[in-house]
Amino acid sequence: MGLLHAGTTLVAAFLASLVECVEALTVVLAVGSVRGWRPALAGAAAALGVLAAIVLVFGASLARIPLHLLQAGVGVLLLLFGLRWLRKAVLRAAGLIPLHDEAAAYARSEAAMRTGAPGSPAGRDRVAFAACFHITMLEGTEVVFLVMALGAGLHAELVRASLGALAALVVVAALGVALHRPLVRVPENALKFVVGVLLSAFGTFWAGEGLGLAWPGSDWSLPGLVGVYLLLAVALVPACRAQAAAAPVRV
Amino acid sequence: MAAGMEWLWLRVRRVAAELMGLFVEDAGLALGSLAWIGVVWLLLPALRLGVHARALALGLGLMAILGESALRAARRRRG
Repeated sequence: MGLLHAGTTLVAAFLASLVECVEALTVVLAVGSVRGWRPALAGAAAALGVLAAIVLVFGASLARIPLHLLQAGVGVLLLLFGLRWLRKAVLRAAGLIPLHDEAAAYARSEAAMRTGAPGSPAGRDRVAFAACFHITMLEGTEVVFLVMALGAGLHAELVRASLGALAALVVVAALGVALHRPLVRVPENALKFVVGVLLSAFGTFWAGEGLGLAWPGSDWSLPGLVGVYLLLAVALVPACRAQAAAAPVRV
Repeated sequence: MAAGMEWLWLRVRRVAAELMGLFVEDAGLALGSLAWIGVVWLLLPALRLGVHARALALGLGLMAILGESALRAARRRRG
């Protein structure tokens, strides 16, 4: 019976964490393919580091922090970030801003860095870093609370739940390594569009969760939000073109 | 001393502007989104809407704000 209970804790922690890790991986992979792997992985790693530090410093007392406050704060930031990205992706797809403006901006900042201009990002893409940091932080916080809940304050249970979560992280990391090459073949601008959709959908979901709202179908509403944002963004492309064509030319 | 403070203030402002730029490109989009989140959080419960309905209202409102912002930007790009 004890063995069965121990196994249940481990498997429950593994499966629950797997879902959260896959959600984070989706965004990290998409952002990495579009903006480069170094800043994307650095953002995810930084979030994991911050989470590990928080767990080490605060330990079990973390369970007293209301999860919804964290979700609301980080969720709103992710939402603002995602909507900004998606708006730009729509305008880019409509031909209203250059397709490679980020590449040009990056090249400019790289040139500025070479010439020693102050304030240039030290070779890092802050947008990719921030996106991956936020999503890993959000999903990782969920895993931390999950492990604590499943651990139920008992040391042995906490260890089993942590092992389950760690195993999920390893499986998802392996999945990411296997998937990152095929993703590179997807056209860059299509990926940028998809990243905008994903960030907006995740941001909306987490902001809602943080406000204490309940999405119909719980986590299953995420694919629904992704689908509706995608439809909206696709519909906005010709609408934006039409608006631009109809607008009076300024002289 | 005063020059040092001025340099520090400039650096702080630059970092703050860079951070802000990560989240805000169109002030209307950012402020509209925050305002709608506030409405869903503080005002919609007074209408006795359920948590599912408020979640849907949050999503649909944000999508409408995004659409308006993209179309407004498209009109401006023409000039």
